[in-house]
Amino acid sequence: MSTIQVDKTIDARGMACPGPLMALIGAIRQGQVGERFEVLSSDEGSKTDIPAWVAKAKQELVEVVPDDGYSRFIVRKAR
Amino acid sequence: MAAEVVILGGGVGGTIVANLVAKQSAGRAHVTVVDATGIHVYQPGFLYVAVGQEKPSALQRPERQLLRHDVSLVVDRATRVDPVGRQVQLESGATLPYDQLLLATGSRTVMSEVPGGVAAHDFYTMAGAGRLFKALEAFQEGTIVIGVAGIPYKCPPAPVEFVFLLDDYLRGRGIRDKVQIKLLSPLNRAFTIEATSKLVQPILAERGIELTGFFNVESVDPVGRTVTSLEGETVSYDLLVLVPPHRGQKVIEDSSLGDERGWVPVDKNTLKHTKFERIWAIGDTTSIPISKSGSVAHYEASVAAAEISAALNGEAPPAHVYDGKVMCFLETGQGQATTIRFDYDHPPVSPSPARRWHWAKALFNKTYWHTVPQGRLP
Repeated sequence: MSTIQVDKTIDARGMACPGPLMALIGAIRQGQVGERFEVLSSDEGSKTDIPAWVAKAKQELVEVVPDDGYSRFIVRKAR
Repeated sequence: MAAEVVILGGGVGGTIVANLVAKQSAGRAHVTVVDATGIHVYQPGFLYVAVGQEKPSALQRPERQLLRHDVSLVVDRATRVDPVGRQVQLESGATLPYDQLLLATGSRTVMSEVPGGVAAHDFYTMAGAGRLFKALEAFQEGTIVIGVAGIPYKCPPAPVEFVFLLDDYLRGRGIRDKVQIKLLSPLNRAFTIEATSKLVQPILAERGIELTGFFNVESVDPVGRTVTSLEGETVSYDLLVLVPPHRGQKVIEDSSLGDERGWVPVDKNTLKHTKFERIWAIGDTTSIPISKSGSVAHYEASVAAAEISAALNGEAPPAHVYDGKVMCFLETGQGQATTIRFDYDHPPVSPSPARRWHWAKALFNKTYWHTVPQGRLP
């Protein structure tokens, strides 16, 4: 269980690829620099899609935590 | 006294539900459609207007002609919904009380949210598509860039279809070798759906269309003629075509019926508002994470109509619910197309592009007026 404080949780469990990534991109677009976003995704594709986009967009992947049937991706808006 | 069913929006979804509920109620309910223009527009045709393959006049008909005679049409703009007092306020000052309400108001495009975005063309309105075609007719050489400035947007395959039809158009004019076409995709593939992307990416390469992935358009510099992404990349253009950001209609936002972008939260199977009784929503209007397309509105309409009819009769909700069904065509140019079909439980599948799918799409577009609005195509 992560203890990192987040500013917004995006519960994308049950959404098919690329829904969780698209929801994250939308949140980063609207968010402020420094804010942390938590994406909950049960989609396998997110495990590669989300880190790949975060790297390309020069955002910060704080951590990925496997949970019961889904993963929690914590991303900080770095710029 | 007949129960009052009010439907906001005379697009594909609202029109089908109006006709089906009026038919199913057999006089026990009075159905009213409220539409701001009274003109029914077949939006999938905008793409063809933009490349000169369709006339705007072929894409619109008076909404009155598409509704059963026992459905009332009010040409006015809904400005506020009171879900507690169960009435709709109209711009003219009139109010409409309702027993059951369907929100089928669709989406609106807001290019003004993109800094510098007004310099870009788009094919998401009739006027925009017409202007884009004029600009293409005047275009002789240089770089045409197509990008996406916000998710979700209507008709996810449209940017890919547009570049294929643009390629055909430029070849037809004999200037393809003088024009670079660049497609900027929000994802690291051509299109949201992976299976379909695998199918179309080799065709993009074969036609000489350059694909750049993970490019979510953030701003435009109209003077320097560049477009910059959220990811920090900048691309130069001579002619820019953007898919504008979308949001729900103002009446939804002003009535606090939706989320921060004006999308209405509904149960993904019953299409019933998650917070308010006696309100349903379909099509682009909802926040269901599924394609915003006429196809979705079409398939959802029969479910919403059955739900509303059952509620009017005080019956249990119908067993048949919306299963996430989507079926759409994707033009791949040179007279060919493919299809994309999926639902909540089945991932998308697309057959190899073929002429028959192009003709099926053309046939559907032509026969739409006589089948879909009336609810004749299940």
